[in-house]
Amino acid sequence: MIRKMICGAGVLSTSMFAATAAFAQETAEVVAETVTEVAAAVAEAAPAVANPGNNAWMMTSTILVLLMILPGLALFYGGLTRSKNMLSTMTQVGGAAALAMLIWVMWGYSMAFGPTTSEGFIGNFISSGSLFLSSVTTDSTAATFSDEVISEYVFVSFQMTFAAITAALVLGATVERIKFSAVMLFTAIWLTIVYFPIAHMVWAGGGLLFKMGALDFAGGTVVHINAGVSALVLAMFLGKRKGYPTEPMPPHSLVMTMIGTGLLWVGWFGFNAGSELEADGTAGLAMINTFVATAAGALAWMLMEKLAGHKGSALGFCSGVIAGLVAVTPAAGNSGPFGAIVLGIVASIVAYFAVSKLKAKLGYDDALDVFGIHGIAGIVGAIGTGIVYQPQFGGPGDGSTGMADQLMIQIIAVAVAIAWAAVGTAIVAVIVKAVTGLRVTPEIESDGLDIGEHGERAYN
Amino acid sequence: MKFIIAIIKPFKLDEVREALTAVGVAGMTVSEVKGFGRQKGQTEIYRGAEYSTNMLPKVKIEIAVSDEIAAQVVETIRETGSTDSIGDGKIFVFDLASATRIRTGETGDTAL
Repeated sequence: MIRKMICGAGVLSTSMFAATAAFAQETAEVVAETVTEVAAAVAEAAPAVANPGNNAWMMTSTILVLLMILPGLALFYGGLTRSKNMLSTMTQVGGAAALAMLIWVMWGYSMAFGPTTSEGFIGNFISSGSLFLSSVTTDSTAATFSDEVISEYVFVSFQMTFAAITAALVLGATVERIKFSAVMLFTAIWLTIVYFPIAHMVWAGGGLLFKMGALDFAGGTVVHINAGVSALVLAMFLGKRKGYPTEPMPPHSLVMTMIGTGLLWVGWFGFNAGSELEADGTAGLAMINTFVATAAGALAWMLMEKLAGHKGSALGFCSGVIAGLVAVTPAAGNSGPFGAIVLGIVASIVAYFAVSKLKAKLGYDDALDVFGIHGIAGIVGAIGTGIVYQPQFGGPGDGSTGMADQLMIQIIAVAVAIAWAAVGTAIVAVIVKAVTGLRVTPEIESDGLDIGEHGERAYN
Repeated sequence: MKFIIAIIKPFKLDEVREALTAVGVAGMTVSEVKGFGRQKGQTEIYRGAEYSTNMLPKVKIEIAVSDEIAAQVVETIRETGSTDSIGDGKIFVFDLASATRIRTGETGDTAL
């Protein structure tokens, strides 16, 4: 845009210099035509140039997603564990995220968003052509949803943080007993065979679910359903924590969890509004939805506690915030504000039952309820997006795909994500178990992973 | 001399201390303690998982007093420490063999 303007001004000044005062008006008309022609020619010939405003917003969003991981998720998860496992929980989150960033630039970006879409069937699942970011330069760009573009390095960074946080999210189910070496190996293989293909399927042009028309604005299936289901499967392979559920394992610092929740909420604006890839009106819609769905989810959870005869709790508030955020993720730019509120409430209520009733019945040890909150609220959000997208419910959809059809597409997308994540994670878990082993020794588990795995204590 | 140990509800401490000062108690030792009696514990709930804690926080007051005011001290603690509900605590009275003020070496009632 700026280049076009400079070019136009040049033509204008030259023409003005040649013109005499008597012909000023006619000349001005001619100049105006010339400028239009030149501008059109420039637009045709030059490659699309990233708008600095959009670039700046996407850089900001990227950093906001990093804020969600460190310190947001680290504090949120850390506060929920016992004090002897605080550092190990936070280190696992940080370690997995850091490894994910390195793997992303080596082969992850290429597999998910590489420029070459493989021919035939395999193109539905992965792409290629940008190993070690070989196709990316400072001038290369990534398409947004309009005719704007953003710098490709910015897009690579933004998507990198998504891979990093998803890998870290999974670990909430396995804290207080998984080895750090197992975490690192799991992250490397899991990203490769589970995350990158799912990200490609949902977001890349040639992806299976993208072509099908599945709506996932900011990663309800790719991030939350994927992380939730993978967490559940890995927790099952790992087994329960020693003493669970007979021994009390209350959170050691809900203050930390509350701080983490706040950071996650703030960071989520980068996650959701950033997923528009431009600073436009749809990003604004995603922003307001990220406020109201979350607020509704937070209060709905506390109301459920009250209705169940308990006290509205701080942890209930935090859990409702996360459930609301997760639910609005696929719907962020695909729903009106009131559709988002309904979605936040429904997801929060369903997740409440999943965590407080269903979990106890099924008897698995998803330590920090990654499946119960991210998985369940993610499924509610992904399917619900098919409803709130519709124009009759205030959504931004044009009604060209009927609600029943859209719902069916959403359900298929959810089912594919669940199946891929479950089977993929099971394969990874078997490999990791054979190579490094999954669990720490009973002695380390009882002493705490902080001292046993890292040689430090969180509190002295 | 009597040695009085009273276990009371923590929020009653200020009230009890003021009332005791008024009846002539010159000093006391206070500690935060945990325990249970008829009140049993309380229940904490985290995301639906219920944990019952057997021990409740209480405040323990230790006072050494002369025989003359001992009965009045017990009555004062009982009156000001009461909420008429379960878990208000208990008062124990012991005979005190001796008391010595470390700085001066005074003993008996004058050391209190």
